[in-house]
Amino acid sequence: MIEVKNIKKGFGERTVLNGVSVTMQAGKCNLIIGASGSGKTVFMKLMVGLMVPDQGEICYDEKDFNKLNNEEKKEIRQQIGMLFQGSALFDSLTVEQNIMFPLNMFTKDTYAQKLKRVNEVLERVRLKDVNRKFPAELSGGMKKRVGIARAIVLNPKYLFVDEPNSGLDPQTSLVIDKLVQELTLEYNITTVVNTHDMNSVMEIGDHIIFMYQGKKEWEGSNKEIIFNKNERLNEFIFASEFLKDAKDMRMLEQTGKIDNNRDMDKLIG
Amino acid sequence: MTLFTEFGRYLLMLKGMFSKPENMKMYWKELMHQCNEIGIGSLGIVIIISFFMGAVSALQTAYQLVSPVIPMSTVAQIVRDTVILEFAPTLVCIVLAGVVGSKIASELGNMRVSEQIDALEIMGINTRAYLVLPKIMASIIVIPLLVVLSAALGIYGGQLASTTAGILSPSQYETGLLQYFQPYNVFFALVKAYTFSFLISSIPAYYGYHVEGGALEIGRASTKSVVVSCVSILGADYVLAAILLH
Ligand SMILES: Nc1ncnc2c1ncn2[C@@H]1O[C@H](COP(=O)(O)OP(=O)(O)OP(=O)(O)O)[C@@H](O)[C@H]1O
Ligand SMILES: [Mg+2]
Repeated sequence: MIEVKNIKKGFGERTVLNGVSVTMQAGKCNLIIGASGSGKTVFMKLMVGLMVPDQGEICYDEKDFNKLNNEEKKEIRQQIGMLFQGSALFDSLTVEQNIMFPLNMFTKDTYAQKLKRVNEVLERVRLKDVNRKFPAELSGGMKKRVGIARAIVLNPKYLFVDEPNSGLDPQTSLVIDKLVQELTLEYNITTVVNTHDMNSVMEIGDHIIFMYQGKKEWEGSNKEIIFNKNERLNEFIFASEFLKDAKDMRMLEQTGKIDNNRDMDKLIG
Repeated sequence: MTLFTEFGRYLLMLKGMFSKPENMKMYWKELMHQCNEIGIGSLGIVIIISFFMGAVSALQTAYQLVSPVIPMSTVAQIVRDTVILEFAPTLVCIVLAGVVGSKIASELGNMRVSEQIDALEIMGINTRAYLVLPKIMASIIVIPLLVVLSAALGIYGGQLASTTAGILSPSQYETGLLQYFQPYNVFFALVKAYTFSFLISSIPAYYGYHVEGGALEIGRASTKSVVVSCVSILGADYVLAAILLH
């Protein structure tokens, strides 16, 4: 469990996060959604300690991360797996070596054991015949998947994924979403996903945080988000006219009338 | 940023390099990798410049020795001393500041910009210890060796040039080499080599490690690191000469 308490962060004049508090629960996919530039990546980097907040606390199991000493920080970080928005693969290493790197560093397994594990995670992200390729030879979506494979290879306790689906086709997207969800449940991981992909939101959003202008504008589950009454959130979700129409049509079909003050609970029921 | 804050950050980076390795074997591998990159990678250029600097200094010394009372074998003695005292350590290190320095700065800069350093940090690896320290240690191990090699090749280059030009016979050259030889000079050259090898690895590492921005900044960092390393080599050269040579 990760608790974020009233966090603030700015760059020079510009305030990016302005007092965000949220609890990321274990065994759930915690999704952070919001427009491009709304501070999702900054938020994630604050959570893992790559950036230091101007104010506020980030607590891993009750301990304020930024008050820990280097050794304690390292200990927590060894339980973190993270996919960066730009994948951040080591470009001097092959795919296999990239994924094996954490194993080499933190386990005493034999080469055969490590190779087996590497192939296991590669299979889970649906990649084949790429072991000997260098990152420069991969497509953007393949890099993302290698990044995910590297993030999960040590069975992390905390998993951070920054836009896992950007650059992936809908089917592969779904595979990755399902994978993240499976792992989260299987190992009771605290998973944080940054996304603006509505499919993922619906698919795996156990706990969704909508960021708007540096604040947490809305929080809830994928069941609640469909019938939410937050204007800004609705604008974000139903971005196109078509979707807005589709929403109204669905409403019409379900209730027989378009009701702007729809009763959420009755509809879900 | 002022000079003082930069220098402070530089010292902090150096201090941050020392922590318990997460996995000794990986650190050892990285050190060997860097020794190979830095040592073997710059062997060719070191061989070429050493040979030519010895050859040219032999010819030019002979040209300047016009007095009939000074024996020609003095050429060998002068070549030996200039190569050992100045050319091998200083000139070679200035060239290596370009070769090794820009490589270190751009490698680390690229890793910083593409978030590879962050990715390592997230895994719980001290990147100063894992990325910076092996580069500095490798430089301190291999560059003095290159300097010694360079001195030997320089002296040999001098012999080859002066015998082919008919200035000296090989045996005269050898006699000259043994005249007034001071082992202290070799010690002095090694002190310089160790000092410079630290400078030309740690300064580019500093600039590379702290790159902010994109590809353009990587280029800037590597240019800046070469300039700053060269200037600090010259400064250190002067200081060492003032302290150690009386
Ligand atoms: N290192 C930095 N220095 C200055 N400003 C920054 C820095 N990192 C991010 N920002 C600013 O913070 C804001 C939020 O950026 P962030 O990358 O978090 O957006 P995001 O929500 O992840 O967007 P996207 O969905 O496009 O990835 C942006 O306006 C950006 O300009
Ligand atoms: Mg982002």
